[in-house]
Amino acid sequence: MTELQTKPAPEKVPSAGEKTKGKGSKGGSRKRESRGTLAFSRSARIKALAKHAVLILTGGIMIYPLLWMVVSSLRPNDLIFREPGLWLNSLEMGNYVDGWSALTHPFGHYMLNSAVVVIGSILGNLISCSMAAYAFARLQFSGKKLFFGVMLLTIMLPFHVIIVPQYILFSQIGWVNTFWPLIVPKLLATDAFFVFLMVQFIRGIPKELDEAARIDGAGHPRIFLRVILPLMVPALATTTIFTFIWTWNDFFGALIYLTDPEMFTVPVALRAFVDSQSATSWGSLFAMSIVSLLPVFLVFLFGQRFLIKGIATTGIK
Amino acid sequence: MSAISELSSISRRKGPATPEEKRANRRDNKAAYIFLLPWLIGLVAITVGPMIMSLYLSFTDYNLLQPPEWVGLDNFTRMLGDARLHNSLRVTFTYVLVGVPLQLAVALLIALVLDKGLRGLPFYRSIFYLPSLLGGSVAVAILWKQIFGTSGLVNQVLAMFGITGPGWISDPSTSLGSIILLHVWTFGSPMIIFLAGLRQIPNMYYEAAEVDGATTLQKFWRITLPMLSPIIFFNLVLQIIGSFQSFTQAFIVSGGNGGPSDSTMFFTLYLYQKGFGQFDMGYASAMAWFLLVIIGAFTAINFIASKYWVFYDD
Repeated sequence: MTELQTKPAPEKVPSAGEKTKGKGSKGGSRKRESRGTLAFSRSARIKALAKHAVLILTGGIMIYPLLWMVVSSLRPNDLIFREPGLWLNSLEMGNYVDGWSALTHPFGHYMLNSAVVVIGSILGNLISCSMAAYAFARLQFSGKKLFFGVMLLTIMLPFHVIIVPQYILFSQIGWVNTFWPLIVPKLLATDAFFVFLMVQFIRGIPKELDEAARIDGAGHPRIFLRVILPLMVPALATTTIFTFIWTWNDFFGALIYLTDPEMFTVPVALRAFVDSQSATSWGSLFAMSIVSLLPVFLVFLFGQRFLIKGIATTGIK
Repeated sequence: MSAISELSSISRRKGPATPEEKRANRRDNKAAYIFLLPWLIGLVAITVGPMIMSLYLSFTDYNLLQPPEWVGLDNFTRMLGDARLHNSLRVTFTYVLVGVPLQLAVALLIALVLDKGLRGLPFYRSIFYLPSLLGGSVAVAILWKQIFGTSGLVNQVLAMFGITGPGWISDPSTSLGSIILLHVWTFGSPMIIFLAGLRQIPNMYYEAAEVDGATTLQKFWRITLPMLSPIIFFNLVLQIIGSFQSFTQAFIVSGGNGGPSDSTMFFTLYLYQKGFGQFDMGYASAMAWFLLVIIGAFTAINFIASKYWVFYDD
């Protein structure tokens, strides 16, 4: 900043016309209200057009494979290796019918398994992380700084460092091929990212509200349940949505703990499908892949606001 | 703003207690530990306990059936001579050192194009963000396996231009590149962090620069980049930590074996094979700790280097 101000006079003095043009586009962009009053000059319009062209092109390339997968899942199998376009001559539902019953259990069975793990994980994260966050954000206790630092460090801890002993522990309790190894850690607030997200959120809630409740004779449990929790619904929503997507997609944990097809969640079921079908029926493989992506897509569609806010404020992946 | 800046501020903040801190010294130890109980149990039983356990196991020979047998530094000397492990390190480093900067560059570029109050911003943002939500799934890895296959979508498109493409994922020289591309494809989440960061830059800086007659490029180098450097740093640290642990895509695309000829054998994949394929738990624990040290070293280097290029406005 200071560097800019003390900089010697610019070598290139722009003409008056150039200057207003520059300001026009800037004003139109940063301050919305000025957009209507300032007429866009021709080159500004070309610039905007070029930007749209770049965005549509890159966006198109990014989305194309997904669209193509949807279209291909509705095509006869042999076309998948011959037809790069998106045109559909007829709707072929056969892939979905075949894919649904291609494994030992109908695909719905695996989706139900995934749903159980997802719901357990969401509940676990909501309860345990909000409790820890309340303590970190509002209570004074010995060792707070140390614990808070440790909590932040665990966010960055690679999962692989604990997976071997964790597996040994859970297998000794007899929890392999149950959903407990996937749910219990969430009940114990090991997704520290959400603790941090909620701490940040609670810090933004005025302390006067707590004080008022305290004067009315409320203890910490009441303040937490009646004052803080209702006010932190946006943070809870963000946590719910992220937990849903991450748990639904989680492959590594399920791969290690669920080896019995009866207990497969969707990602490991899909993996079993790839292994069993190797290159013969891509159509039904695509069909079930799309079925597996559908819940995430729906959550994205309706929960985007919370997702984007959550990422922007805490930098979740 | 972020966990990272919070962490560095904890280590900085030392000195006499502020009046506010003193007033708050009325402690609620009992209530606090009750609220923290689930987290504390998790910390001991799920995180720190297993960490110590895996450190111990890394000095043992253990196959789950017989009790662990102390072998000293044996696992680590074995790692020194394990050519497949060295290869997996090379693969992982290539993935991280190429994929992360590439992904962040694309994310920043698109964020810059999007920032200037373009019409339809929410729509574009959604389009670019969607892949980063789906990118970690098995389904997208399956899609990748098809499109970069010998007669997959990419080669079908190339054929329209008369080009015969290689069998991207079956060719050891391009297989890793295909997976790096999948990582770049998920640039949406860092892009959103960049967009939020760009919003934070006070407009008066640009106005002042314009009065001084700065060009667009000068404004980018002198204002946008320095002001955004904490965010770039944050993205860099997070993406590096995350990318070292990347597993699903390589596993699915290679059919679980890291092939062809170990060209997509990520460190994590090899760790999985050793631990859960061959039940060589001692060796896998040693590998896991080695991974932790590597990630820690990269993060430390990042933090040290950040002193020279990250600019804090306060």
